[in-house]
Amino acid sequence: MSQTNRLNGGLINRDRPMSFKFDGKSFQGYEGDTLASALLANNVRLMGRSFKYHRPRGPLTAGSEEPNAIVELRSGARKEPNTRATTAELFDGLTATSQNRWPSLAFDAMAVNDRLSTFFAAGFYYKTFMWPAAFWEKVYEPIIRKAAGLGSLSLEPDPDSYDKGFLHCDLLVIGAGPTGLMAALTAARSGAEVILADEDFALGGRLNAETFSVGDQSASGWAASLVGELSAMPNVRVMPRTTVIGAFDHGIYGAVERVSDHLPVPADGKPRQILWRIYSKQAILAAGATERPIAFEQNDRPGIMLASALRSYVNRWAATPAKRVAVFTNNDDGHRTAADLHAQGVKIAAVIDTRADGPVSRDYEVLQGAQVSDTMGRLGLTFVKVQLADGSERTLECGALGVSGGWNPNVHLASHQRGRPTWQDDIAAFVPGDALPVGMSAAGAALGHFSTHGALQSGVDVATKALDVLGITSNRPTLPEAEDAPINVTPFWHVDGAKRAWLDQQNDVTAKDVKLAHQENFTSVEHLKRYTTLGMATDQGKTSNMGGLAIMAELAGKSIPQVGTTIFRPPYTPTAIGTLAGRSRDEDFRPVRKTPSHTWAEEQGAVFVEVGMWLRAQWFPKDGETHWRQSVDREVSQTRKSVGICDVTTLGKIDVQGADAATFLNKIYCNPFAKVPVGKVRYGLMLREDGIAMDDGTAARLAEDHFVVTTTTANAVGVYRHMEFVRQCLFPDLDVQLISTTEAWAQYSVAGPNARDLLQKVVDPEHDISNEAFPYMACGEISIGGVRGRLFRISFSGELAYEIAVPTRYGDALIRKLVAAGEEFDAVVYGTEALGVMRIEKGHAAGNELNGTTTALNLGMGRMVNKKKDSIGSTLSEREGLNTEDALKLVGFKPVDPSKSVPAGAHLMTKGDKVDAAHDQGYITSACYSPNLGHHIGIGFLKSGDTRLGEIVRLVSPLTEVDHDVEVVSAHFIDPEGDRLRV
Amino acid sequence: MRYSGLRVIKEALTGHKGWKPAWRDVEPKSAYDIVIIGGGGHGLATAYYLAKIYGQKRIAVLEKGWIGGGNVGRNTTIIRSNYLLDGNEPFYEFSLKLWEGLEQDLNYNAMVSQRGILNLIHTDAQRDAFIRRGNAMMLNGADADLLTTAQIKERYPFLNTENPRFPIKGGLAQHRGGTVRHDAVAWGYARGADRLGVDIIQNCEVTGFLIENGTCTGVETSRGTIKAGKVASCVAGSSSRVMAKAGMRLPIESHVLQAFVSEGLKPVLPGVITFGAGHFYCSQSDKGGLVFGGDLDGYNSYAQRGNLPVVEDVCEGGMAIFPMLGRARLLRMWGGIMDMSMDGSPIIDKTHIDGLYFNGGWCYGGFKATPASGYVYAHLLARDEPHPTATAYRFDRFNRGLMIDEKGMGNQPNLH
Amino acid sequence: MIIHHPLLGPRDASEFTYLGDAALIHRPDWEAEDALDQFIDYGYLRSNPAGLHRELWFHEGGDRSWLVVTRDTTTHEITKVELARDVARQEGRSK
Repeated sequence: MSQTNRLNGGLINRDRPMSFKFDGKSFQGYEGDTLASALLANNVRLMGRSFKYHRPRGPLTAGSEEPNAIVELRSGARKEPNTRATTAELFDGLTATSQNRWPSLAFDAMAVNDRLSTFFAAGFYYKTFMWPAAFWEKVYEPIIRKAAGLGSLSLEPDPDSYDKGFLHCDLLVIGAGPTGLMAALTAARSGAEVILADEDFALGGRLNAETFSVGDQSASGWAASLVGELSAMPNVRVMPRTTVIGAFDHGIYGAVERVSDHLPVPADGKPRQILWRIYSKQAILAAGATERPIAFEQNDRPGIMLASALRSYVNRWAATPAKRVAVFTNNDDGHRTAADLHAQGVKIAAVIDTRADGPVSRDYEVLQGAQVSDTMGRLGLTFVKVQLADGSERTLECGALGVSGGWNPNVHLASHQRGRPTWQDDIAAFVPGDALPVGMSAAGAALGHFSTHGALQSGVDVATKALDVLGITSNRPTLPEAEDAPINVTPFWHVDGAKRAWLDQQNDVTAKDVKLAHQENFTSVEHLKRYTTLGMATDQGKTSNMGGLAIMAELAGKSIPQVGTTIFRPPYTPTAIGTLAGRSRDEDFRPVRKTPSHTWAEEQGAVFVEVGMWLRAQWFPKDGETHWRQSVDREVSQTRKSVGICDVTTLGKIDVQGADAATFLNKIYCNPFAKVPVGKVRYGLMLREDGIAMDDGTAARLAEDHFVVTTTTANAVGVYRHMEFVRQCLFPDLDVQLISTTEAWAQYSVAGPNARDLLQKVVDPEHDISNEAFPYMACGEISIGGVRGRLFRISFSGELAYEIAVPTRYGDALIRKLVAAGEEFDAVVYGTEALGVMRIEKGHAAGNELNGTTTALNLGMGRMVNKKKDSIGSTLSEREGLNTEDALKLVGFKPVDPSKSVPAGAHLMTKGDKVDAAHDQGYITSACYSPNLGHHIGIGFLKSGDTRLGEIVRLVSPLTEVDHDVEVVSAHFIDPEGDRLRV
Repeated sequence: MRYSGLRVIKEALTGHKGWKPAWRDVEPKSAYDIVIIGGGGHGLATAYYLAKIYGQKRIAVLEKGWIGGGNVGRNTTIIRSNYLLDGNEPFYEFSLKLWEGLEQDLNYNAMVSQRGILNLIHTDAQRDAFIRRGNAMMLNGADADLLTTAQIKERYPFLNTENPRFPIKGGLAQHRGGTVRHDAVAWGYARGADRLGVDIIQNCEVTGFLIENGTCTGVETSRGTIKAGKVASCVAGSSSRVMAKAGMRLPIESHVLQAFVSEGLKPVLPGVITFGAGHFYCSQSDKGGLVFGGDLDGYNSYAQRGNLPVVEDVCEGGMAIFPMLGRARLLRMWGGIMDMSMDGSPIIDKTHIDGLYFNGGWCYGGFKATPASGYVYAHLLARDEPHPTATAYRFDRFNRGLMIDEKGMGNQPNLH
Repeated sequence: MIIHHPLLGPRDASEFTYLGDAALIHRPDWEAEDALDQFIDYGYLRSNPAGLHRELWFHEGGDRSWLVVTRDTTTHEITKVELARDVARQEGRSK
């Protein structure tokens, strides 16, 4: 039997039937259904289980505030846990599975927790499971964790893609109910740029769920025609299926558009969802209101739902949870539900009104001054017990009960910047307070104007005020006729004496738990939340918090506003992590920077390594080489023997120009720069202002007023920022300009005894690069095949070496030219590993040594800090703690047993000392196998290291189980006098 | 009243009528021996150890709002002692040891769960740095374990070890690290302190210090003047604001750190994972929520809320290593105010004003330090000398050039 | 957040890198008698107010200007944005 509970009418498309499966069983619904409405139409009320007691549950609501009807939607890698059946749009072929139950939804073994619920009162776990101590991790916690959580992840990579986008507008209207539609229309007709966003797929808000008319149209018809008008306007962007999730600083809103969630799979090339960052000048919160339940005994059975949800299911989706229903209300709105259902042919068992003076009906019984005292039905409501005004009891047979305890304005976004809402007595609810996010105003039901007329009017009024702020004259539309009934609520939060009366249905927090929290002094609203978990479920307490506050207020003898609310935090509804990440995943997680020789290196089969964002060739394996060390050793040996070429483009390059360029560099570097001659390069050490080494590199003086500064790859960005700070903030009148040219120049190192011979073949013949004309540390502009370039005679490897630079677009051509020219010398191209080996052999500090805690003194460059001038970091480098007698010094280490290694990260101990932190003497920073020396070497920091050359110290690495002796040696393993540099 | 499984059963069978307040609400007295400003985890722990270990009497904890409402109630609940520097490691290892016996000591189940913490390694340089750190931990008596990619894959099969940008090449694990139910720490210490006679006074804001001739003799509060032999500030996040009332400027900036929790999910993550290269760390609570975080927003703030760019950045990091997280939903985000110090390490010291003591600058490492912070602060207050594990946490370390800079970022608080 | 750059108009804060208190402009005189003390104060002590804060932002993803932004640390409201170079000159950093 299909869709036994389907009624006539509704906004569903009966021409488009759709099949779907829930827990393996097939059903039929229609386009326009949600999963929940389609299940109800098929007489399925049981859709989930609660978190703690595994109570059987059906939908409480018809919207995103749903705590109960949450399912695993779809299957395989697209499985989506904790999805609200009440907002999941039906599509043909949809599959959903119930969650947090075993073995089945109807029979859940864990429901035994419900029987034991008296033992599981609020906070019980803080009071037990402490003995014996070891049992928490081994016994108790595993059991608790096994029961944890609701839905499960697929554990497979999400196959869908997500996008991000940026939108700008004069006015953002959040919510497209009567208020939002009218506000958007007002602003749009006045010429403002408007964005209208609503979480629903059908715009209109409650208008789609009501039977009254607006103007001369049905409410939903009026909404549709307005949406039509707005969609056609060029200055309006209408965004259905778009939830505004958060109000951030300066009028920026986050919004999630569900582009493809209503489809079996996203269309080709389309994302699943889009995260929009909306930059608004003004915003109107027209998010409406949420009905709130009343707490009574056993108020959580499938079939018990909010009265407005019941009305929505019947009016919008033509689906009723049961053929016979009752309504429990403390206000007039509840009666509207009964009247609408009656009109649709649903039998009304009775309306139970807590008030003695509520409306009466000719069509069905109204029990005035009555309360629901209990309910029955294990997997779905069968009976409700009612206590009548005279104290007698009556039992009503019904399969559904609509409950209305009044309405709460949806103030969330208004409080995202921690502004507190204020209490409004006549509606017994919180409304947005004074401290709204800048540019935001609330309107309509979100502001407490609950009638349709009131909402329409408020939309126009608030939009007009926002337009005023924008300096736009409001073109106020005429208001259509609409109902203007007062809601007449008399606060009624819970039925007295009810114990198992649920407040937070998902987390199973009952009135009893609030009482216990109060008894134990967890009376602050935040303590209440944290102790009982009230409001911490996936619905974020949208239907539960007020009930808890009311009971706490009663117990504490305070008013509800005195008790206050917890803090409202983004997102408004839970948001997929994939959406927030967008396209930044897998290889696109971070940008890739490629060096000018990348294509060539790829052709050679280079192995690449990530350095910052750069991909650099790590080594170039040759045929027959099976281990990386073979390649690296060959690259090192051949470079030292003949010549090697290496792409060093990634080093930062900063162009420094101006009459005060030298003065400026004299401030930046701790060593002197004022007198560097034109055509010369000088090594420079930069300190941070706190006296710690920041970076090192070279500065080449190309002209009186022109230097080129190099930085390490890792620090290129930071050094540039620092130099601009010094220039703009500290010495604003220096005549100097900076620009980063890292990407503008392709730069190659050519190193080795044959470096000059190779280069001679490459640079244009008019350039004399002989040792006499172009000595060590010379620099100058040259040309290569007519292309302008730069040549620096600097060396990181310790060999005769040059760095040659050309504009980046010639970088590929240059590497090919260098390699071709090198053929006669058996030149190698080497990668970062060989580069590292050679610099360790030479004892040059790099990133591992410049680790942000080391000083010039530690690096063996203490004397470089020139005290006759002011430079950044010079003063603070003088502090005693940075100049102790036993300061760490950079030295070299070689293993006493040549077969042993010198692993980086190992610590150093004096021979004979106890091996512990108190006796720690230092650590190895960089290490490698030296093919030139034939054994492992390392450099590192050792207390008073410079005075301990020749000492045997103990190298320990308990983490990697290494413990042997090494000898302290000079860090300059190769050519300590630097003769090779100058040949 | 002692808590136990038997007691829970007995109360359950008798309608839970016998449970007593976890701590008393008391009116402030006119004078105490020691007044602690700040009813967060550290303040409550200080009071507890002052009474329990150091035998002090007449102690009050003054809390502006409700106890545990600051960072102890808003963090990612991680405990660990995987520090590099000698100024830090002994202290955090002391803290971890206190965590290990906390529940029996307090008779309160704070769900200390040593499920392990794993720092992922992506590059050789990172490996070198982590080996140095792991060795430093072990030389200080803590545990550390270098894991291979295969070992990591075995434990976390859904981790993307082959991310094309940051492939995972191993990890440094501390198996004794883990998580704790954060709120329960505040409540457990409050209950413990209360039982030892400490007055816990909520809704009592300190508005000024009584300072006479360079000596602090008490505080002005929203509930009247309270005299004190010693006044101990313990308000990380608000340290600058409170100490400004004593005329002090601090080596501290206040920054917002956001953190996030997902909807409840069936358990997938056994321990804590940190992905430093992508600014992301994550664990899963006993309730099923994935608890995760990343970098500071980066600007000075007391607003206790952050902005979207960091939210996106953190989720990007998450998706990079856990591409299965795409369809899990972020339920809630929040922002806490961090005392970001100038070297990334805390300060527990006397001030230049006699009788006024300071505990703060915890950056975003304060939660794991809670027991030891309380213990060593109590030691300082009772003995007027630093506890042996906290001798480096002094104000004058910046003057003397003895910074404790784990990350090597220098005097820029938002980089620590 | 949005920073109204004096030269470029409104720009998203994520284009910028934050440094901190604009007092960092006032680097002490290295030749002062108490230069070390002054530098320690300059380097390490901060007012860190809850309220208006003058602070340095660098337009790293833009024109590379350093800006002095006056922002309320309790609300994030920005009331003034100046070029740091102008501020430095006004506040005596000229030669």
